[in-house]
Amino acid sequence: MPLLRVEDLHKRYGTEEVLRGVSLTVVKGETKVVIGPSGTGKSTLLRCINRLTEPDRGRVWLGDTEVTGKGTNLNRIRSQIGFVFQDFNLFTHLTALDNVRLGPLRVKGLGKKEATERAMAELARVGLADKAGAYPAELSGGQQQRVSIARALAMDPQLILFDEPTSALDPELIGEVLGVMVKLAEEGMTMIVVTHEMGFARSVADEIVFMERGVIVEQGSPEKMFRSPEVARTGDFLRKISELYGDAA
Amino acid sequence: MNLVFDWAWLPQLGRGLVLTVELTAACMALGALGGLVLALLRVYARGWLSPLYALASAYVHLFRGTPLLVQLMIVHFGLPNVGIVFTPFVSGLVAMALNTAAYQAEYFRGAIQSVKAGQMMAARSVGLTRLQAIRHVIIPQALRLVIPPWSNELIYMLKYSSIVYMVGAADLMGVGRTIAAKNFRFLELFLVVAAIYLAVVLLLTLTMRWVEKRLRVPGLGTSGRGA
Repeated sequence: MPLLRVEDLHKRYGTEEVLRGVSLTVVKGETKVVIGPSGTGKSTLLRCINRLTEPDRGRVWLGDTEVTGKGTNLNRIRSQIGFVFQDFNLFTHLTALDNVRLGPLRVKGLGKKEATERAMAELARVGLADKAGAYPAELSGGQQQRVSIARALAMDPQLILFDEPTSALDPELIGEVLGVMVKLAEEGMTMIVVTHEMGFARSVADEIVFMERGVIVEQGSPEKMFRSPEVARTGDFLRKISELYGDAA
Repeated sequence: MNLVFDWAWLPQLGRGLVLTVELTAACMALGALGGLVLALLRVYARGWLSPLYALASAYVHLFRGTPLLVQLMIVHFGLPNVGIVFTPFVSGLVAMALNTAAYQAEYFRGAIQSVKAGQMMAARSVGLTRLQAIRHVIIPQALRLVIPPWSNELIYMLKYSSIVYMVGAADLMGVGRTIAAKNFRFLELFLVVAAIYLAVVLLLTLTMRWVEKRLRVPGLGTSGRGA
């Protein structure tokens, strides 16, 4: 059984239909990379998966729990789906440690000692144990994003959604974040990553999904998508984006 | 010109000052509590809670839209007509707390709304309930942002508490006026009263500046500092 099933998601903002029937499945341990032009619904798709944005139509399952079901405990579901934002969204008033510890303390109900140990372990995992006492404003963008990944990891999620995690970063800081993500993928974390980093997509993705105008145009292995896409539009986009962003992860 | 000052007036003025400070502290505390609740309702009460939003909004408009002095007169001289009688101190406290709650609600609302939208979204993405997110993420940030306008309100209320002498309270202003009338030394007494208010205001200003500095967090600045 797939870990995540998305079925026929629709979302409309005013007159604009941002998602026009998106379906996909993610199996445990898979890294799925979603690419596509801006304004194509990629971020909306991620937000509809844990219902940070309410989809108009369609269904989402995490394991055998229907996320979109009426009686679903949404907070519990969300605690099992990590979310990494483009602009980090670390809690401004909390140190790195407290950012990571808040969920374990308040959602998982761990004791302070246990929550602290877990948070410190996750900070160490992203290479920031020495920054535990720093406030977000005292960290570089790359460090902030790594803390936000640690915040997601501390909930021990079944799946992490990355919404353009490196798009707000200065070029020299992108590598450290991608490095953490590569490591997570290798460790078997299940991830959906919306990104323009084609090097990452090519080397880490198990499957690449190309979205445009609210629908999935094509999906397949990086091999297939880069070498011999079935849809001409996929090839065009990949060529263009690779020129723009380069190919190195 | 011949100014006369009797040191024996000071202890009496001191007792008046104590009442002024008590009154201000109590009304600010009650106002903060009420103001925070009103602000939360104004920002978050939607859907089936929207009647509460409407009530909170009506309250704020009513109490900001009428003079504090009129509110005080209604409480002290009006309510006895329906059998509710307060001492001058309590009348002052009730009117001032009701009034400042409305103003503080607006300051809190501004602070809550200036917390970035991503903060709530991130909190929900971790699995916090809306209430938990408000309590652990939004309010701690809003309280820091509200300190400067709140300090203004504190100073404002300290000074405007002087109107309670009109209902017979023995606050700093009331005591000063009584002594002045007894001795026909209006200029001296009111100058001294003014100086005492000024001294307390300066003390409060410095205190609040210290509080703001103590609670400051990098990146959560007001007036562009530390951003």
